[in-house]
Amino acid sequence: MHSSDLAEGVGIGPAKPRAIKLDRSDVVLRTISYVTITLFALFCVLPFIMMLSASLSSEAEIRRSGFGILPKDFTLTAYEYIFNAPRQIVGSYIVTIVMTVCGTAIGLFVIAMTGYALHRRDFPFRNHISFFIYFTTLFSAGLAPTFLWVARDLGLRGSYLAVFLQLLMTPWLIILMKNFMRTVPYEIVESGKVDGAGDFRIFAQLCLPMMKPALATIGLFLALSYWNEWYLSSLYLGSTVEFKPLQYHLYNLINTANALRNSVAGSNVSITDLPSNTLKMASAIVATGPILLLYPFIQKYFVSGITIGAVKG
Amino acid sequence: MAAKVPVERRKPLLRQLADSKILLLMCVPAIVFFIVFNYAPLPGAWIAFTNFNYRDGIFGSPFVGFKNFEFLIKSGQLWLLTRNTILYNLAFIIFGNILQIAIAVMLNEIRSTFFKKISQAAMFLPFFISAVLVGVIAFNLLNYDTGAINALIKQTGGDPIKIYSVAGIWPLIIIMVHLWQSTGYGSIVYFAAIMGIDRSLYEAAAIDGASAWQRIRYVTLPSLKPTFIILVLFSLGSIMHGNFGLFWNLVGNNAALFKTTDIIETSVYRMVLTQNNFTTSTAVGLYQSLFGFALVMTANWIVRRINKDYALF
Repeated sequence: MHSSDLAEGVGIGPAKPRAIKLDRSDVVLRTISYVTITLFALFCVLPFIMMLSASLSSEAEIRRSGFGILPKDFTLTAYEYIFNAPRQIVGSYIVTIVMTVCGTAIGLFVIAMTGYALHRRDFPFRNHISFFIYFTTLFSAGLAPTFLWVARDLGLRGSYLAVFLQLLMTPWLIILMKNFMRTVPYEIVESGKVDGAGDFRIFAQLCLPMMKPALATIGLFLALSYWNEWYLSSLYLGSTVEFKPLQYHLYNLINTANALRNSVAGSNVSITDLPSNTLKMASAIVATGPILLLYPFIQKYFVSGITIGAVKG
Repeated sequence: MAAKVPVERRKPLLRQLADSKILLLMCVPAIVFFIVFNYAPLPGAWIAFTNFNYRDGIFGSPFVGFKNFEFLIKSGQLWLLTRNTILYNLAFIIFGNILQIAIAVMLNEIRSTFFKKISQAAMFLPFFISAVLVGVIAFNLLNYDTGAINALIKQTGGDPIKIYSVAGIWPLIIIMVHLWQSTGYGSIVYFAAIMGIDRSLYEAAAIDGASAWQRIRYVTLPSLKPTFIILVLFSLGSIMHGNFGLFWNLVGNNAALFKTTDIIETSVYRMVLTQNNFTTSTAVGLYQSLFGFALVMTANWIVRRINKDYALF
């Protein structure tokens, strides 16, 4: 029945896109796959398109007929509002960018250094230290004691440091780095030792340059956690700082009407005059823009990171 | 480990320290980090057994034994939170894994590299955004006055629904949003596992005249079983830990929905931030940590029995 397959000696293994005779069931499956994947991909993207459209619509039209897929009565009013009084958003941008850049750089360096040391077979304390780090994922004091400790005893309430420091590393990222280190042949370390290089020099000059994919992946995870941060800000910053990190700024715009007024025009504008619905959407676009623009370039690193880190997460 | 380098083991401790001082130093920043932010707050869990007040501090406040826990149990709150947290996680695990496997299998049927890339990028997109933005998108779709769903209902002549006050629909909404955000990301692990399947299995299936369905049923799905079991076991290990950002940004302080949407994390956060209630929140946190710890240990014990390589420790 399938003599043609036999004769060609090839399988219909999916990874081999060869021109072979297709069974009816193959055609059906393939059609279902294309349709389902298309629909699911649309389902994933549609909310973003709606948000963008809403930000480009006129407030009156939105109030009359609600949000939709296409812009209604196209206008840039909402963006004009934001950029007419850009103080808040620019301040938030600067805070977020500084935190993201510094946090990613410092965090990445510490994580790489730790991951390297814990991967070294000849390091007698590697298992102890690994467990010491890993244990924090098994048992934690919980939100309230941690909050009291950081805010009161460390005195970090109202300080950007409370946010910045706590995001520097996670046990999971250190484990991920350690797993990545396996891709560096151990002979590299040994050859360095033979040449008389110190442990730090072996790390910095021999291993780091070979770790670029790992650094890219983990750096992106770090950068994303800094960029998307709002939770720690809500706990430790609250309203104590003038310039809130971007996502926390957005969080306030969405959840409190006053925040919207204060951020765009000062307190002399009545809240009813504001294009509040479209303004919320435009702010969301402005706060997310850079990630969405960078996204196509960074996607592949995440794929490799997830694949390597998936099992031993 | 011990068998491979017995010489290292026999060295006296001081000698080991001296030999690996650079590697130890490289671990110091991470160790300090975890001491300061994870170990130091641990004694604070004592608050759960006290009637905490700021003036007397953690260990000066009056000891009340298990009174805080008694209150939680008697009021039925602990049961509600535990039930919601576990049921939501179970739904996420079941529907999440089914959908992820289905997407991975179908993605594998796609021949066009271009189509595969674009659709993967689209499905991956929701994973990149902050929880705050998820809240914005939900507002865009669901709010009473301008939400896209109500706009659609109005257009077709129906009466708009006050979605934010109907507790019964929220499990469905939260599960949908969770699947929207995590399926693309989660399917990558399964997709990688499919790519790792031995091609000769598919060739053999083709020679035996297997249809596309049989190929999936007898080759692909059985090969995914180990990945599936491990992933599910680990998710079961963290079944007491909810996705705080998702729940808080969708529901927030909306008391009308608590019955069906309040999970441990949101409840603790609310107690700390809006009620300044440190005793009950610490009690809930401690209960969560202990229960969760037992679950992880059990899950890991089972994974270890199935395949030692996949065990966490």
